[in-house]
Amino acid sequence: MANNDPPKKLLLQGNEAIVEGALAAGCRFFAGYPITPASEISEMMSVRLPRQDGTFIQMEDEIASMGAVVGASLAGVKSMTATSGPGFSLMQENLGFACITETPCVIVNVMRGGPSTGLPTSPAQGDVMQARWGTHGDHPVIVLAVSSVGDCFDITIHAFNLSEKYRVPVIILSDEVVAHTREILALPAGDKIEVIDRIRPSTPPEWYIPYEENSRGVPPMAAMGEGYRHHVTGLIHDQRGFPTQKPKETEAFMKRLFRKITHGFYEIQMTKSIMMEDAEVAVIAYGSVARSAQRAVMQARQQNIKAGLLQLITMFPFPKNAVDTALRQCRSVLVPEMNIGQISREVKRANTSDCRVLKYNRIDGQIITPTEIFTELKDM
Amino acid sequence: MPNNATRLPHDYLRHDKKFPHVWCPGCGNGIVLGSLIRAIDNIGLEKDEIVMASGIGCSGRLPVYVDFNTLHTTHGRALTFATGIKLAKPSLKVIAVMGDGDATAIGGNHFIHAARRNLDLTAIIINNQIFGMTGGQYSPTTPYGCKASTALYGNIEHAFSIAELAVTAGASYVARSSVFHAKLLDKIIAQGIQRRGFSVIVAMSNCHVQYGRRNQMGSPVIMMEWLRDHAVRIEKAGDLPAKDLQDKFTIGVLADVDKPDYIEEYQKIRERAKEG
Ligand SMILES: Cc1ncc(C[n+]2csc(CCOP(=O)(O)OP(=O)(O)O)c2C)c(N)n1
Ligand code: SF4
Repeated sequence: MANNDPPKKLLLQGNEAIVEGALAAGCRFFAGYPITPASEISEMMSVRLPRQDGTFIQMEDEIASMGAVVGASLAGVKSMTATSGPGFSLMQENLGFACITETPCVIVNVMRGGPSTGLPTSPAQGDVMQARWGTHGDHPVIVLAVSSVGDCFDITIHAFNLSEKYRVPVIILSDEVVAHTREILALPAGDKIEVIDRIRPSTPPEWYIPYEENSRGVPPMAAMGEGYRHHVTGLIHDQRGFPTQKPKETEAFMKRLFRKITHGFYEIQMTKSIMMEDAEVAVIAYGSVARSAQRAVMQARQQNIKAGLLQLITMFPFPKNAVDTALRQCRSVLVPEMNIGQISREVKRANTSDCRVLKYNRIDGQIITPTEIFTELKDM
Repeated sequence: MPNNATRLPHDYLRHDKKFPHVWCPGCGNGIVLGSLIRAIDNIGLEKDEIVMASGIGCSGRLPVYVDFNTLHTTHGRALTFATGIKLAKPSLKVIAVMGDGDATAIGGNHFIHAARRNLDLTAIIINNQIFGMTGGQYSPTTPYGCKASTALYGNIEHAFSIAELAVTAGASYVARSSVFHAKLLDKIIAQGIQRRGFSVIVAMSNCHVQYGRRNQMGSPVIMMEWLRDHAVRIEKAGDLPAKDLQDKFTIGVLADVDKPDYIEEYQKIRERAKEG
């Protein structure tokens, strides 16, 4: 039955909207360890999950949190954790385990100033490359960035959906500003939300080959305890799940891990274009900086500067095509970031035209304001 | 009897897994696996309801051979994955198999917290007093003065007593046996699985290759004799003077406390949350 009630309006901070998004996506397990500025996610999960027969647990550290999240997912329950820089570093080992075992799960990293304990209460975007390459070895991951309370809800649902569909951990990068800003969120009715669940095997258990090749590169996933007994290991494994060192099997396995993501580029790589149609100069931004950038672009337009914004929602796999299109169209682009220039490098790598790629960076724990970006735009 | 004892494992081994196994001939890991299979068979559990999770090490290779839901995790972290599995699906019987380095060096923090939390898991620690897989480096259970590949001049650190540590940390069932005392091992593994709450089974074992060779016990037989001669039944230990127990280990049940486990407690949380 369709629900025609108007969407419920709530005043929420980013961290709370992530919880709403996760619950709407079907998350029923959360394991975490307290850390500023992500703790509200744990706190709210500890209140909400038991009401929905889900489970919240505070583990002894982030290594354990990540292990528990993967375990719960292997048992068939959608699961998530949330942390910030120091905790994110501790999660990398078991995040790699999720990559190699193709276990869906969502990891939220509310970025703060680093390295080390850094600036615990200040915003930053210093973990972009850690999100991409933090765990050892070649591995596919999906990294999404949120810029508003609305994003926190929508993108978290996307994160779960992509994770389930591609059997890959999805990392959400938030930052201290998005996490603690309060905005109105119009909560859509449950039946208006698209929720994707992992594909379960349809063959009888005796025919189940857990990591069998197929056209999508994503094998159906059986939950533990449902008759599809098989082996799951962090070692490179053959199609049956057993360890192998054979070069051919190793290569086939690794290539499939990447191929499944490449096949999904069309829906995984999300960007948002604002006033890009006739833009001659553009800002490429993500996270809370994209909010400032949007403001700056409006200001520029008022002064008849043909400016536009390309907001990156998907950071990795890096949305090269969308970036390339913007670069070809513009005479110069600005990449403002609250780090030393982690994405500007990716933008430069994607640049095949003679567009000028300019950086604007703050690493002092302060946000980048619309005025700062506008000032740069004027000279582009 | 012997016939049945040798045939039984075949009902549980994976037939699509290529053998031989990775262990050295005479390694105690196989005996522990045999005990585990007999315990499970005696209780009469279905293969589907069993999850066997392990860490990394020679001991970590146990699960791959048996036809359960098996999971070979990261070094020291088996209990964290086991925790997620059990909470997500409490109907599963989750058994974590770990080495001594696995459980008490890199995984020491997870181990004591799992015991404190008292979630209904069974932890089996194969204590061969050495890092076997990586080539005989000293572990937190290598005895003082013994030799290891990173302690050629003798180990100057003191060993943990894993079972005693588990008791102090709050595990509801704790027992120890050895690969020489396989019958007792069968029994305590079965009890551990059946008890509610966190159960710890310590299986003293032989790594004659990495530990024995460096400490004048280079064969499985000599190490078996060592296990036989150094084990004291816990019931008898009380009567012996402390000096007689110095280089010995006790075997038997160290703790058996019936208390609500984490899942029972969490069920109460769910009820309170729904009222509130
Ligand atoms: C994070 C990490 N550090 C180190 C290792 C290397 N490593 C593999 S097994 C092992 C020790 C194994 O010893 P133990 O746990 O006692 O098990 P055993 O091999 O004796 O059964 C180590 C250090 C690893 N796999 N992961
Ligand atoms: S190295 Fe030691 S623990 Fe490992 S298989 Fe050989 S005997 Fe067993």
